[in-house]
Amino acid sequence: MPSEIDPMFLALPLRELADAALGRACAAGAAHADFRCEWIKDAQLSLRDCALDGAHSSIASALGVRVVLDGAWGFASCTELTTDGAAQTAARAMEMAKITRPLCSERVELAAEPVHSNVTWISSYEMNPFDVPDSDKLALLDDWSRGIMAGKGVNHVYAKLQAVQENKFYADLAGTVTTQERVRIHPQFIAISIDAANGSFETMRTLAPPVSQGWEYLTRAEWDWDAELACLPELLAEKMRAPSVEAGTYDLVIDPSNLWLTIHESIGHATELDRVLGYEAAYAGTSFATFDKFGILKYGSPVVNVTADRIAEHGLATIGYDDEGVAAQCWDIIRDGVLFGYQLDRRTARLRGFARSNGCASGDSASCMAIQRMANISLKPAIGGPSTENLIAATKRGIYVVGDKSWSIDMQRYNFQFTGQRFYKIENGRLAGQLRDVAYQSTTTDFWGSAEAVGGPATYVLYGADRCGKSQPLQLAAVSHGSPSVLFRNIRVLNMSQEAER
Amino acid sequence: MIATQELIEKALQLSRADACIVIADETNCLNIRWANNELTSNGFSRSRQLTIISILNSAEGTSTGVVLASGVTCESLETLVRKAEGIARATVPAKDAQPLLTGRTSPNWDEPSPETSVEVLSRFVPAMGGALSRARCEGRLLFGYAEHASRSTYLASSTGLRLRHDQPAGRVEMNAKSCDHYASVWGGTVGTTVADIDVEELELYLTRRLGWARRRLKLPAGRYETLLLPSPVADLMLWLYSSAGARNAHDGGTVFSKYGDGTRIGERISPVSMSLRSDPATPGLQCNPFVVAYASGDTSSIFDNGLPLLSTNWISDGTLSALVQTRLSASLTGLPVTPRIDNLILEGPLGMGHALDEMIANTARGLLVSSLWYIREADPRTLLLTGLTRDGVFLIERGEIVGAVNNFRFNESPVDLLGRISEVGITERTLPREEVKFMGTAMPPLRISDFNMSSVSEAL
Repeated sequence: MPSEIDPMFLALPLRELADAALGRACAAGAAHADFRCEWIKDAQLSLRDCALDGAHSSIASALGVRVVLDGAWGFASCTELTTDGAAQTAARAMEMAKITRPLCSERVELAAEPVHSNVTWISSYEMNPFDVPDSDKLALLDDWSRGIMAGKGVNHVYAKLQAVQENKFYADLAGTVTTQERVRIHPQFIAISIDAANGSFETMRTLAPPVSQGWEYLTRAEWDWDAELACLPELLAEKMRAPSVEAGTYDLVIDPSNLWLTIHESIGHATELDRVLGYEAAYAGTSFATFDKFGILKYGSPVVNVTADRIAEHGLATIGYDDEGVAAQCWDIIRDGVLFGYQLDRRTARLRGFARSNGCASGDSASCMAIQRMANISLKPAIGGPSTENLIAATKRGIYVVGDKSWSIDMQRYNFQFTGQRFYKIENGRLAGQLRDVAYQSTTTDFWGSAEAVGGPATYVLYGADRCGKSQPLQLAAVSHGSPSVLFRNIRVLNMSQEAER
Repeated sequence: MIATQELIEKALQLSRADACIVIADETNCLNIRWANNELTSNGFSRSRQLTIISILNSAEGTSTGVVLASGVTCESLETLVRKAEGIARATVPAKDAQPLLTGRTSPNWDEPSPETSVEVLSRFVPAMGGALSRARCEGRLLFGYAEHASRSTYLASSTGLRLRHDQPAGRVEMNAKSCDHYASVWGGTVGTTVADIDVEELELYLTRRLGWARRRLKLPAGRYETLLLPSPVADLMLWLYSSAGARNAHDGGTVFSKYGDGTRIGERISPVSMSLRSDPATPGLQCNPFVVAYASGDTSSIFDNGLPLLSTNWISDGTLSALVQTRLSASLTGLPVTPRIDNLILEGPLGMGHALDEMIANTARGLLVSSLWYIREADPRTLLLTGLTRDGVFLIERGEIVGAVNNFRFNESPVDLLGRISEVGITERTLPREEVKFMGTAMPPLRISDFNMSSVSEAL
């Protein structure tokens, strides 16, 4: 693990910029002011049928100042990293607080946080992808693409690789100063098979998730790429031959490679307190898990235990300190099936009487105000719990769901519909070949209420998303979800081809 | 801070590559957000981003290196230019290489950058304050977002291009709910500046619709005759547009593929004589009249930077007539070069559409849908989309709105829908709800006789 923050980031005049901004805010009487300076390196490579399709690399740097002045928020940002730029940005933040003050009837107050003075944090990685020559990356993507392309029945292969390094500097009037770095990487391959005779096609994508790791994710045994790539063409060919599913009610054994997204949509988003309070009502939506149900709502069956954290190694939401200077924590969201916790920032924590924020404030760059974003939300495996094979064996008539694909959920996080990468028929406890055109649709508490058995620790894998959207203006965030395999009873399954018919 | 034009000239002078393209984007964005009749956040963001594209020729072909950076100064510029050149040297030749566009200059190239200050909010804030105050007194909850964004894009090249486009845009979107949250309605307005937007008119529109929602009805899943308002039509058509890449269609992986035989261009998509088109010069919907490409991909090519954009009909008289092209895909498909344009207009047969009120009056029994949400691709083969209705589903009976209905999950393909339109209303400027980055849309209300409301959603 690298022992120091990127020296090029440290070479920026971070303290001077912070002092210029915070000094200006303090002089004007701001009750709270925080300064963020962030540097985000992002490199993307894509290949199409083993030929370079596109490549670009970007370095976004910005500073942002947030104030509470006379009880009102004000935020401003700029990309000019000079002390004049910082001071003028603080002034604009205060102008925004003043001009929008008439729209406030409540005063903004923040939950207290201990001062973290001059702390540093770096995510867990070994080889920085930005130190790896592009030619090496291209060679690997090309080699792996050729392997897939050589598979029988494969007509096209798309390969994509994205690497991101984020550097964050935070300072506030209370005295917290944090300097952090995190690295994430996301390789993916999609194989496409075309059936010209029937005017149809199918795709199969690798399951390897985005992770907070370095280049070692592709070169060591962190993920079994050899096995996954070798199987891809045959899995795709099998899908092409597979019969179309008969719509109806089935038991589902859902692999963590699919269930992570259902957790994200139906538990992660539903327990963000700002949504519960209505902050996203006009855009990303609210939640059925309203505050009056805290500690009471039966979210799922007693086997459902869900935690939130920003500390899991390699978690995409993992950090040392959030974008309001709050230290990263771990807490329960659902305990024995009952709603037990929410995800907070300092304002929402204070609004609902929590003593402290649990550290979920994040801005996707210093150009945006930090808002509450999702922590890593994970379903706990059952100690001594069954293997995936055991769960399949316990199913007479069902479907085994692997890999995520499309997702959609309603504005309060009730009605959802998911598809997947592949679906296997389960007959009398055994897999009986793939099925096509499958989607499963349910209502959140019905779904989690029908969870009968949760797999053991050997079935647990950390998956995640790197483009979760929220807020206006739109911000993106990366977040991980660990899950075991789970057996659900009596879930509605649709045939998507029939849904398209008249 | 050095003027953008000067920074661009310096970058071009520093370039040692065979060719160089520089794109600069200056953005000023002011925004205000509110929920439960209360301000929740705001922001005033200023940014300048530079994209350097280095192009190197060799015996093997032409290769490119692209770097984007913000906060670039004179001092850091050379490092950036060398980085782009380094990437171009280390990479393989580009498949989409084409001769670069040459020497055209926009008349406004030398003008100073437009200035924006908090003053642009000086009409909006008191108007919004009035709306919030009335909402508190009259027992409504308002949620929403207002934004003023001013964006200037500069495109220059070592081959003599000096192109510039300024795009100011303001929008206000608002959701009004009854205090028990059971009635919820949405509306959005877009204009050149947030100062021009009539907040009171939007407030009246929403208050009237909350009145429609006083009676609440439950309906089961099923297929219904449905009037889609222009905003949800925009969201559906933008999905169609984003799936209209010629190259992928030609390769055989999209709804516009004709398997074994290229694309579906020339095929009748709709029995109605409707047109789906883009035109940078459309009054009220003006957008960038030249290609700006930051990266190459399926529907964009950095070599096409500066290509003039002309009125393009994607669907004419109900027939698919063009797909989104780069010069590479045009040569592969044997079709004209029709790159993506940043506006989209759907129109029915000229002079034949009815106004929405008439369409409602002519409905024996059907649903009126105000917006669609969380739209995701469920099956790319047919472009089957799944999503939800949101903030205003109303039941029409015997030509009148009789109450508000529960929300539904729908499963529909916009391509298939065009084949089933039974009536096209009058086209108007509209704000899509979900596709927030794309605001230049004008759509009509549509009547669909059998819209698939696949399951009921209890969400409010």
